[in-house]
Parts: sequence; structure tokens; C-alpha cells
Amino acid sequence: MENSRFIVSSSPHIRSGETTQRIMLDVIIALMPALLAGVFYFGFSSLTLTAVAVVFAVATEAVMQKILGKPVTVNDLSAVVTGILIAFNVPVTLPLWMAAVGSIFAIAIAKQCFGGLGYNFINPALAARAMLLASWPVRMTAWVAPGADAVSTATPLAILKGGEAAGQALPGLWDMFIGNIGGCIGETSALALIIGGAYLLYRGVINIRIPVSYIGTVAVLTFLFGGFDSSAMIYHVLAGGLFLGAIFMATDYSTSPITPKGQIIFGIGCGFLTSVIRFYGGYPEGVSYSILLMNLAAPLIDKYTMPRKFGEVKKSA
Amino acid sequence: MNIRTLTFKGGTHPPHSKKATESLPIERANEPKVVVIPMQQHIGAPCEPIVQAGDEVKVGQKIGEAKGFVSVPVHSSVSGKVAAVEPRLYSGGTAVPCIVIENDMQNTVSDQVVPKGDISVLSAEDIKNIIKEAGIVGMGGATFPTHVKLAPPPDKNVDTVILNGAECEPYLTSDHRLMLEHPENVVFGLQALMKALGVKKGFIGIETNKPDAIEKVFEAARGIEDIEVVALKTKYPQGAEKQLIYACTGREVPSGGLPADAGVVVNNVGTAAAVATAIKTGMPLIERIVTVTGAGVNNPKNLLVKIGTSFKDIIEQCGGLKGKAGKIIAGGPMMGITQFSLDIPAIKGTSGILVLSEEEARLPEPSNCIKCGKCVETCPINLMPVNISMYSLADRYDEAEALNAMDCIECGSCSFVCPAKRPLVDSIRVAKREILARRKKAQSK
Repeated sequence: MENSRFIVSSSPHIRSGETTQRIMLDVIIALMPALLAGVFYFGFSSLTLTAVAVVFAVATEAVMQKILGKPVTVNDLSAVVTGILIAFNVPVTLPLWMAAVGSIFAIAIAKQCFGGLGYNFINPALAARAMLLASWPVRMTAWVAPGADAVSTATPLAILKGGEAAGQALPGLWDMFIGNIGGCIGETSALALIIGGAYLLYRGVINIRIPVSYIGTVAVLTFLFGGFDSSAMIYHVLAGGLFLGAIFMATDYSTSPITPKGQIIFGIGCGFLTSVIRFYGGYPEGVSYSILLMNLAAPLIDKYTMPRKFGEVKKSA
Repeated sequence: MNIRTLTFKGGTHPPHSKKATESLPIERANEPKVVVIPMQQHIGAPCEPIVQAGDEVKVGQKIGEAKGFVSVPVHSSVSGKVAAVEPRLYSGGTAVPCIVIENDMQNTVSDQVVPKGDISVLSAEDIKNIIKEAGIVGMGGATFPTHVKLAPPPDKNVDTVILNGAECEPYLTSDHRLMLEHPENVVFGLQALMKALGVKKGFIGIETNKPDAIEKVFEAARGIEDIEVVALKTKYPQGAEKQLIYACTGREVPSGGLPADAGVVVNNVGTAAAVATAIKTGMPLIERIVTVTGAGVNNPKNLLVKIGTSFKDIIEQCGGLKGKAGKIIAGGPMMGITQFSLDIPAIKGTSGILVLSEEEARLPEPSNCIKCGKCVETCPINLMPVNISMYSLADRYDEAEALNAMDCIECGSCSFVCPAKRPLVDSIRVAKREILARRKKAQSK
């Protein structure tokens, strides 16, 4: 038995099978029910739009990393996730080139300019949505009703909010739940999003703290703000991308707190802002801006919610 | 059997990897032709050799005298002739003074080895002396002198002894086999330790993945009122001292403190068995059970090995290395120390020799931290490993200290779970060393 060369390193000498790529793949898998729902309700062009957003997100990531002289890491699939989420956050009628612009902005500006995966301080897909909404507000709110004939419609929240959409009939709760309503490609079906969320929980990719505290806060506050009207509360919970935001966007690792307590505070903050925007702000929506604002607060929340260390000695006065 | 199942907060679940050896009875290893016995096998001051080249020594004869209180003597594991007293490489990675003995294969036992009599007639002081003179140290791997643990400062009110039978390190089965084959020694050792400390409460904690050991030890302790056998949830690092104390008693060892601050003394089940042997037969600590395992070994085994037997001899008895071995680890895969040579002796703390294949040993390529927070969730001390690590990698040790880097127990759970394969515990270790060095420097000013 020869004394060959052995590898010397510090412990631990075994690692879990978990990888960044596997986590991103899980998120992609979890987004599939909502994509299917989008195709089902808004037609095949949902798929085209998603494909375009994904291709441009991945290509932008590769090009930016080349330009910045970094290793190209598109294999980690994080850009694919961003691409899908961008498509999920726009109406199906959006011109393809606008979706491409959104993807380029998300990856080049919001992600790579700040250091790439893990270093971005705001959710790239939501940053893209905010940019698109500011640049092409009409295009970004050109909703159509589900079905082949693409009749233009308003979202349930716009109807609730009143204004020009006032007077249209509110859809039934069941339609709200399964997603048979107007809205962005990926946001309408609470059912499909919950299936995806359940998968992520099962796989341990996310935990329930942010989704539950976010959705719970919206439920409580819209019930209070709405004058104790439980049906309005249910509309608010099921509508306007709350499930998409709470399950897939607010739980984005790099832009949410890492401490357990911080995650709950983050979820409550998102819920508070969403409810306030919906009731007292100019937009009928509110999820994306709430999450973006809370993204900015995440580092601060982490700082002040450092877990109590095991065996902490109480400081005597 | 009425047994409580206890646990701690945090932790992780590495694959057990114990199947290869958990059902293999302990085998006595072949007599080594030569033993190399280091004078430093424990935490504390090294021993002074008290034999010279050419001297005849016998089994159990003291060959190294303890220097100072935190130190224990070392004994010969064979009978034969001292060939040399010289520095040799040991598993700590450096060369230390060692006594090299050529085995005459006679196994002549030293007349220093005499049974110490019935435990009921031994006083607490007697027991502590026997333990010190038998060279007994923590056999879980930390090798802290046991008699020092038995002499807590008078202001600490120690009321509990816990025996650690968790064996939460993957692959290792030496404690498991010991508890199955010699449960009476484990229980006897615990009674001796309790008597030495004058305490009335003893726990033996065993992880639930060893139900047969729980049963055997429970049977052995039946009818002894002061001793409670508890099941511990199978989770890493269940056998870490602070986590074990919390699981058994609900007490937290204060930050920077010792188990005695929580009123507890913890010993490994192997240590207790060594205490039992020292009292019953008078034989000091000259051999131990070593689990030899891993994909890189042909025939994994649980071997009863004489201290000083070389890793090479031991692995050869297990069918030799299988294919091209990648890593040789003294201890388990979570906290063991990699070796660059097989020409090192098994010592009192060698609980296992783990050989990983080249494939398993490949070092993972770290990528960007994705801030998933899994390390925060898994840390048994509730630290934020990702943040301490980032400060450490940026040489910002003051900030690392402010985030309680010094409380890290280096269990490696954070590195294990990290999907980006970041060197988390590695960088925290660096921070700890830097912080200690700075404290020392500040003190000397």
C-alpha cells in the first residue's frame, strides 16, 4: 500500500447535495403550474412572451458576465427564473420587444451592475416591472379577459378601486381562485401558485414565514380598512398578484432577510404597504412596489433581528 | 421501556453512513510489531518521557509522566523494548516527542496493573486519582483530561453527569458497538464518575438511530435510580457538549462558559468504559475502539486497537485501501482532521479512521452566496455564519467578533448545508484565530 497523495482540507468533509442550480430548478418547476394556467387562460402567446423574456434574461446574463470579465454562470438557472417572473408580471398583450427590454434591464442593471447573483438589493424581476410600468403605463395595463377573443377588461382590483373601471361586474370568487380573470400572465391563478408554493415548501426551498405573514397581514388590514367587509377582504387576498408576490417574489433570497424573525417582519411590512397602497394610494395594485420598498429595508431588518445566541449571558445593568 | 426523546434547536441531517460497520462486532486488531506512542495525546501540557531507548517495558507500564495539572500520563500498550524516544508525526499534523517500542509479542503485563477494589470502598479522591493515573482523556475526540473535568471550581454547583452516547458523527460506530457489547462498563463508569463528583443525577444520551444500544444500556442501568437513559433525536450535532446538555437538562451553558457553569459534566461513553476498566482491572488507557470505514477501505471494521498502532497497519488489516483514496480522516467527516500520511499512530482520541474515495474527496467549487439563510437556520448556536464569514473573508475581524464569532463550536453544519458550497466554517475558524491573537496582543500591551 503506497503512501499516495491525499487531499488535506479543513472539516466538514462531506457536503449536502443541495446546490444553487437545484434550488433554481425547483423554483422553475414550482412556476410551471402558473405558466400552464397562463397559457390556459390567455392563450399560446403567454408561452411566447415567457420564452422571449427567458432567452433575453439568460443572454443578457452571459453577455454582462463576459463584459465584466466574470465566469459565466448561466448554468445556475437564476436568470431563467428572473425571465419567467418578468413574463408573469406583464399582461399577455405586451409587445415582445418590451418584455425583452424588461429582461435586459433586470439582469444588466438590477442584477449584474450590483455584483450578480446574491448581491442585488432589489428583486430584478420587480425592478423590471416597475421600469416597464413607468415607461409604458398603458401597455402595461392593457388587460384582456381570459379566452380566445381577447376582449379588453379591467382587473378585479381596478373594479374595486372604482374610477374608470367602475361599474364593471366583479368576477365570482371561484373564478378569482382558479384564475379565470384579467391580469398579468402568472398572477391570476391563486390555485396554481399555491400548488407551486406547496412544492417549494416541500422541497425546503422556501419557508412559510414570508408568505404567511404577508398574506395574513393583507387579509387582516384589508378587512379593517374595508370596514369589516369579509368579501372585499377575500378579493384583496386572491387578486392582484398577492400570491405570486408572496410566494415567489418576496421570498427571493438575496432581497429578503435571512433571520427568522426578520422574515416575519418583512412579510408584515410587505402586507402593510400593499394594503395601504391599495386603499389609500393611486394604484389599484401594490404588491410589486411594496416588495421593492421592503427589499431596501431587508439589510436593516437583518441587522436588528440578529437571533439570540445560544447561551447568551444577560447583560447586568 | 419508558424513555424520553430529547433534542436541541437547529442542526442538520447528514447521511448516517453507518451501515458498513454498525452490525460488525468489535474485533481485536493484530498485535502491532512496533508502536509509536506520542507524549501529547491530550489537551494540555505534553508528558515527559520516563523511559529511554533500550529500556524494557511492559503492558500498562507508565512511560510518560504528566507535567502539570492539565495533563495525563501515557502508558505502554505492548511489552518489549524501547527503540527510540524521538519526534514523530502524529494526527494533529505536527511532530511531537514519541516513544517507539518494539513489541516482543509476549504481552507481559506490568505489575503496576492491579485491580483497584470495589467501588463502594473507593473515595471520590481515590477515583479521581485512578482516572488521572490511568491516563484517561475524553475519548470522543477532544481528549481533554477527564480528571480535570472532575475537579470543577468550588463555586460551581455541579449536580449532573451526562454520558455522551449520541455518536452524531456520520460513519462512526465505535461508541455504538461499545454500548452494545459492554453496556455494563458504560453504566459502571458513569457510577464511578458520579461518585467522584458527588452528584446524584446521571444521564446517558443515545441517538434514536441506535435503538439496540438504547435497549442494551437501558437494561444495564435498570434498577439504578440515579441514572436515566434518554433517547436523543438523530440530528447533527446532537453530541456537541452544549447541545447535549440542553437536550438532557434544558440548561444553556452560558456563552464563553464551561459545562460546569450549567452544573453539568459531560463525558463520552468510551471514557466511562475506560474508567470502568481502570477501576476493575487496573489497566490504564492503552487501547481503544476505532471504526475503520469509508468507500476507500476494502473491509470496514470496528477494531480494538492498541494506542500507537500506525494507521497503515490498521488499514492493512481492513483489506487495505480500495482504489485511489482521496482523503484519510482521523475522526468523522464533520469534524475529523485530514491526514497527509498513513505513518501516524492511533491515539487516545482516534475514534475512527475514515477513508473517502477520490470522488467523495473532491473539494467543491464555491459560488456566490445566494443568501438563502440555510446556515442561519441550521446553526445550533443561532449565529449568522454567512455574515461572520463575509467579514472574515474581508479581514474585518472586529465585525466578525461583534457577530459572536467566538461562540462558534465549529460543528460544520453551516458548510454542510450551504448550496453555494461556501467555506463558511473555514473562514469563521480563521476569524476566531485572528480574534484570539488580537486579544493576546492587547493583553500583553
